[in-house]
Amino acid sequence: MCALTITARKSTKANAPLASDTENTEKNIVMNTRALNLWYGENHALKNINLPMLENDVTAIIGPSGCGKSTYIKTLNRMVELVPNVRISGEILYRDRNIFDKTYLVEELRTRVGMVFQKPNPFPKSIFDNVAYGPKIHGIRDKKILKEIVEKSLRGAAIWEEVKDRLNENAYGLSGGQQQRLCIARCLAIEPDVILMDEPTSALDPKSTLKVEELIQELKEKYSIIIVTHNMQQAARISDKTAFFLNGEVIEYDNTDLIFSTPNDKRTEDYITGRFG
Amino acid sequence: MSKTVGVKDLIQKKDKLSKMKSGVEKSIPVFLFCLASISVLTTVGIVSTLVYETFLFFKDVSLIEFFTTTELKPLSPVEPKFSILPLLTGTVMTSLVAMLVAIPIGLTTAVFLSEYASPAVRKVLKPLIEVLAGIPTIVYGFFAFTFVTPLLREFIPALGATNALSPGIVMGIMIIPLVASLSEDAMNSVPNAMREGAMALGATKLEVTLRVVIPAAISGIIASFVLGISRAIGETMIVTIASGSSKNFTFDITQSMQTMTAYIVEVTSGDAASGTTAYYSLYAVAFTLFVFTLLMNMFARYISRKYREAY
Repeated sequence: MCALTITARKSTKANAPLASDTENTEKNIVMNTRALNLWYGENHALKNINLPMLENDVTAIIGPSGCGKSTYIKTLNRMVELVPNVRISGEILYRDRNIFDKTYLVEELRTRVGMVFQKPNPFPKSIFDNVAYGPKIHGIRDKKILKEIVEKSLRGAAIWEEVKDRLNENAYGLSGGQQQRLCIARCLAIEPDVILMDEPTSALDPKSTLKVEELIQELKEKYSIIIVTHNMQQAARISDKTAFFLNGEVIEYDNTDLIFSTPNDKRTEDYITGRFG
Repeated sequence: MSKTVGVKDLIQKKDKLSKMKSGVEKSIPVFLFCLASISVLTTVGIVSTLVYETFLFFKDVSLIEFFTTTELKPLSPVEPKFSILPLLTGTVMTSLVAMLVAIPIGLTTAVFLSEYASPAVRKVLKPLIEVLAGIPTIVYGFFAFTFVTPLLREFIPALGATNALSPGIVMGIMIIPLVASLSEDAMNSVPNAMREGAMALGATKLEVTLRVVIPAAISGIIASFVLGISRAIGETMIVTIASGSSKNFTFDITQSMQTMTAYIVEVTSGDAASGTTAYYSLYAVAFTLFVFTLLMNMFARYISRKYREAY
């Protein structure tokens, strides 16, 4: 596995060297975006994105509305291709393999790179069936094993205690925060490698948000997490690295503490101090 | 008056109308209720007529004869026999054939339209399919009799000139747009977020369709089946033309059978004099038909409620 190197860094638009390069040489790059461009029809939505993301890190993507951060995270598991008239150039290497490669099945990618959405989107099925859905479509039929997976995933998403007595009830009976943790459990059930989170707490109340944030801290032990967030405090609280997007470009990408304490770019500073966005 | 418009004054002026207004407001619900009662009263009227005349019929013919014997000879001068069973099998068999055609084709059409077709294709295809629904049933009946039956006889030599198979198939074709259109509506209203949730777990399009979209839309889909079955049971013209009028108690779809609806057509356009048992048998048959579809609908409601996935 290639360690984070200066080359990966050089190609980003931000011109400051990554101060933390030396600290991070131990960590592998899990997803490496290189010269990524994306167009919605004529609209150039992502412009020459270069972002190496590290294993077992929480990488936050921040930026004002319409900056392309949601588009970017959806590109990482190729969900963006569901939008008509999307064109993509460049490459994204997941564990050194280009996800746009013709031989790379999109289903295979999404099994490794899971996703949690902005609005909780459980299936209108029982809590159990929601979590068991992923393992089932990937061929796990054994009831006993499914039961174990469901319990493990629900525990992993810190919701087991709340739902263990009502596994057969419809997931839509849960509160919004519980639904979101259920969706995280659903994602964990197929043991992905990377978890993408697209503003996972924006539809939740502060208490549920806190729970999900704590959960993210636990999850990073085992998973690499990439999270889009509108909430800069949230990025500061939970992430190791932060990328600041503006108008489809990466303005700055660095360790979170550096981004929030001594940003290199004036625009980053303006954004995090709340001067716009 | 000053140049600025006094909105307050205008509002007060309008208040003067309020007495009249409240009168109108009060009479509107009464008016609406009257119009709404028309359909309710009609239903009550029809059902009570049916029940009354059916009652008269069962003065002459026992329930046991009606439901357990198998011979139907309403106009026989010597010894008329009244059994509903030949008509029931006729109705059930033709409807069964129709649904065997309409459900798989209608549902796959709906899946294609809702999940696979591009918006452009869908925009062309959906109205085209719905054109099928606009064809008068007499045309379908004619089509069954003069085209489908001869065609089928090439493959099944034993097929009668009138039979249950051919009108069954044609009724099925007639019902496809209904099943397809309603099922498609049901699938289309499943939120995209659910499809995305499944796709993000690595589900293929087929897995998303079969294990998320269809289960989530199942109550609408079942409703479309039931409407289809009700259409098939109530369909008259196609079976009258292409299924013949043999009152056979049989399950052999290559033979001529008469459905309940076709029987009513035959007897009303025939020689049954008012007041005869044959005449009253119409009501008994119609009442059976009514109960049949009613049970069908209740059963479907139960099924769709049981499997409903609320979101």
